Amino acid sequence: MTDPIYKTDALIAEDIDAYLEQHQHKSLLRFITCGSVDDGKSTLIGRLLYDSKMIFEDQLEALQSDSRRVGTQGQEIDFALLVDGLAAEREQGITIDVAYRFFATEKRKFIVADCPGHEQYTRNMFTGASTADLAVILIDARKGVLVQTRRHSYLCNLIGIKNIVLAVNKMDLIDYDQARYDAIVADYAAFAAEIGIKSFTPMPISGFKGDNITAISANTAWYTGKPLIEHLETVEIDNANEQLKPFRLPVQWVNRPNLDFRGFSGLISGGSVKPGDAVRVLPGGKTSTITRIVTLEGELEEAVAGQSVTVCFADEVDCSRGNVIAAADNPPEVSDQFEATIVWMDDDALHVGRTYWLKLGTQMVSVTVQQPKYAINVNTMDHLAAKTLELNAIGVAELATDKPIVFEAYADSRTLGGFILIDKISNRTVGAGMLHFSLRRAQNVHWQPTDIGREEHAALKNQKPRVLWFTGLSGSGKSTIANEVEKQLHLMNRHTFLLDGDNVRHGLNRDLGFTEADRIENIRRVGEVAKLMADAGLIVLTAFISPFRAEREMVRQMLPEGEFIEIFVDTPLEVAEARDVKGLYKKARSGQLRNFTGIDSPYEAPENPEIRVNTVEMTPAEAAEHIIRRLLPLK
Amino acid sequence: MTRTLTHLERLEAESIHIMREVVAEAEKPVMLYSVGKDSAVMLHLARKAFYPSPPPFPLLHVDTTWKFQEMYKLRDRMAQESGMELLVYQNPEAKERGINPFDHGPLHTDMWKTEGLKQALDHYGFDAAFGGARRDEEKSRAKERIFSFRTASHGWDPKNQRPELWNLYNARKAKGESIRIFPISNWTELDIWQYIHLNDIPIVPLYFSAKRPTVERDGLLLMVDDDRFPLHEGEVPVERSIRFRTLGCYPLTGAVESEASTLPEVIQEMLLTTTSERQGRVIDKDGGDASMEKKKQEGYF
Repeated sequence: MTDPIYKTDALIAEDIDAYLEQHQHKSLLRFITCGSVDDGKSTLIGRLLYDSKMIFEDQLEALQSDSRRVGTQGQEIDFALLVDGLAAEREQGITIDVAYRFFATEKRKFIVADCPGHEQYTRNMFTGASTADLAVILIDARKGVLVQTRRHSYLCNLIGIKNIVLAVNKMDLIDYDQARYDAIVADYAAFAAEIGIKSFTPMPISGFKGDNITAISANTAWYTGKPLIEHLETVEIDNANEQLKPFRLPVQWVNRPNLDFRGFSGLISGGSVKPGDAVRVLPGGKTSTITRIVTLEGELEEAVAGQSVTVCFADEVDCSRGNVIAAADNPPEVSDQFEATIVWMDDDALHVGRTYWLKLGTQMVSVTVQQPKYAINVNTMDHLAAKTLELNAIGVAELATDKPIVFEAYADSRTLGGFILIDKISNRTVGAGMLHFSLRRAQNVHWQPTDIGREEHAALKNQKPRVLWFTGLSGSGKSTIANEVEKQLHLMNRHTFLLDGDNVRHGLNRDLGFTEADRIENIRRVGEVAKLMADAGLIVLTAFISPFRAEREMVRQMLPEGEFIEIFVDTPLEVAEARDVKGLYKKARSGQLRNFTGIDSPYEAPENPEIRVNTVEMTPAEAAEHIIRRLLPLK
Repeated sequence: MTRTLTHLERLEAESIHIMREVVAEAEKPVMLYSVGKDSAVMLHLARKAFYPSPPPFPLLHVDTTWKFQEMYKLRDRMAQESGMELLVYQNPEAKERGINPFDHGPLHTDMWKTEGLKQALDHYGFDAAFGGARRDEEKSRAKERIFSFRTASHGWDPKNQRPELWNLYNARKAKGESIRIFPISNWTELDIWQYIHLNDIPIVPLYFSAKRPTVERDGLLLMVDDDRFPLHEGEVPVERSIRFRTLGCYPLTGAVESEASTLPEVIQEMLLTTTSERQGRVIDKDGGDASMEKKKQEGYF
């Protein structure tokens, strides 16, 4: 057994000022522990907390009584009970989420992300690893390298953790057998090299008995390395390396208390900055000079990566949230098409082609993800063909943002290369990813400015361009009513065009089927065409089932505010099915037609359509008249 | 040349980053201010985050009318010094029914604090509220996110929280939903004290030892802070050298006997003491082991 009392205790009692001075200058190491359910992870963390005196007497008493009641270690203290938190988990005896724990030694303060080991929680481990400087990968000495070990190592490497500790645990249960330990380490080394882990630090430990945790254990006299704590106390922290990179400050907030002060606030993600430094504001590219670094305690002479600051410029350069202030001579790239690795984190699988929000640094843009090039089997590292990404799946795909963003490869910057994906309707964080590089075509395709713009087109036609988007079930009367509306607009000398679902599928979209991905692409194309026609000054009418809220929302976002008019042709399913003008419902019911909206594919009704027409109460002519009235004036 | 940032510098930078993200993305944020030491640090961080502007949100004190007198004094002084608007909310129903900790037990916390907080957020229409909870306080908090989403009825579902990767926070929400944000999630009790010490942040004098009138009841040392304290027969307040490790409603907050009258002494005592911080508060004890988690699901912070 090791001595659980640290020397700091004496200092606290004898000279508190000296202790505070020492504590004040401690650095911070964030690490994660990964292991399978029975590898002794919670026991190890409990042990670290216990040994560093982070457990109080009342907690210890509770621990002792709990250990006897529900513990798995007989009469001995079950350290795992210290760290298993939520009520449900305690009953099941497993951790199901990421939990953060804190302890400190003489030299450092530590934040441990406790990550669960079982298969379905790639999401949680990835989350815990995203802020870690180091990973402790636990192996049960009796079992050696398992599939889970490979998965954890792969994920740690993927998210860019460079310091990996291979803790071969439960050495007490194999009688501290050196040969067995060496074999496990050799086994792991071969695997590590295979997946690109350049180095790792192995150590034989027992979280339960305390071997090689705080001090070298007499039971492993053959072990020449450091005990775990000492390694954690001395390993180099990533933050130092970040400071050597070029200066990057993603702007969070413009600080403008009065007309005389204009500052830009953010967390420096790379490099350092001094007054007098030349900087460039991206994506625009304008340059200026830093004049001051302002804080409540006075101005700074220098600020480095990891600090939250407010800086001022010498010139009135445009700069707002989402911009990145960077070293003028070494700025990051700007692009709108990328290849990335994506980790899917939601029960609802990735919808290829659907627009999501992408948040990267302080930038928030719309993004669509292409069909994955491949998914990765995290147990075997094999590449698999994939049409989508399900919960906990990892894949590589191309993605396109609706406007250029400032970025760096994830390998160079976690801040400018790491992103999350957000579902536009549910607002859930559905995925996370790491940018590899921008696709060349994005840099080679430029927007060609034209002299006659949409205003000129519209002015000549003496009308306000609009897209009248009819949505509703098959057989609800969309085409009939849209046709009626167009006829009336035509009589009113308006320039119109009607895009009909069936007609478009004969030409432009004849390569598309009725799977969800194809339906999304169908609507995207129609949206793009409708937008071009609106740019040309036309009043565009579209009649598509367009069952998904997200895609209708996508088209709305393509157009200037007020130009997208969502018209919900509201017909109950029974009514539409009873009409069954094209006989499609009958086919769908009999199974001859798959993915039919309302039958075996959902219809998401609009929540706040601009116009709603009820075809049970109104004839098509009445509905059309109602719509026209709501559209006036047309200029 | 690189400079290793200290753990306090990194924690400070993280907290400031979080506050700025919220201000940039939320419509109407507010900072919950309880006048305790954690609130003191939160307020200081907010002033640093937005300097030279004053923090662009008000302070909200969900008052129970049973706080220590010295807490009310410091509250008003700090609001004035920071240039922030101070909103004080007292649940009108609790006020009308005269709910108090002596006669109503757990109902007191439920009505004044849990209900009071929900009412206040709805009343002012805040969609984002900063709170000073820390992950080291209690086991169920170790798993709490920094951005914690609440339904329109303020419920918390531990199974339906968003993953937080790197320092990217997703603050998007539907109408009616709100977020509680905990910028000092990663601070420990010692970090809080050390930061107060280093930055000379004003705190309520009750944290320091002094002779105060007390009675001993149910194993707790209670301070007789005003004449609303109903003395039992034969009970006489005794002057003791006491201080508080945590501050709440005075009839619910146990004092510790102590001679620690400076910050380093307080920290020393904290580090050498053998009971965890929240033990002095009665609130954790009802409902047994998972009581804080239960309270959170009901909408307590």
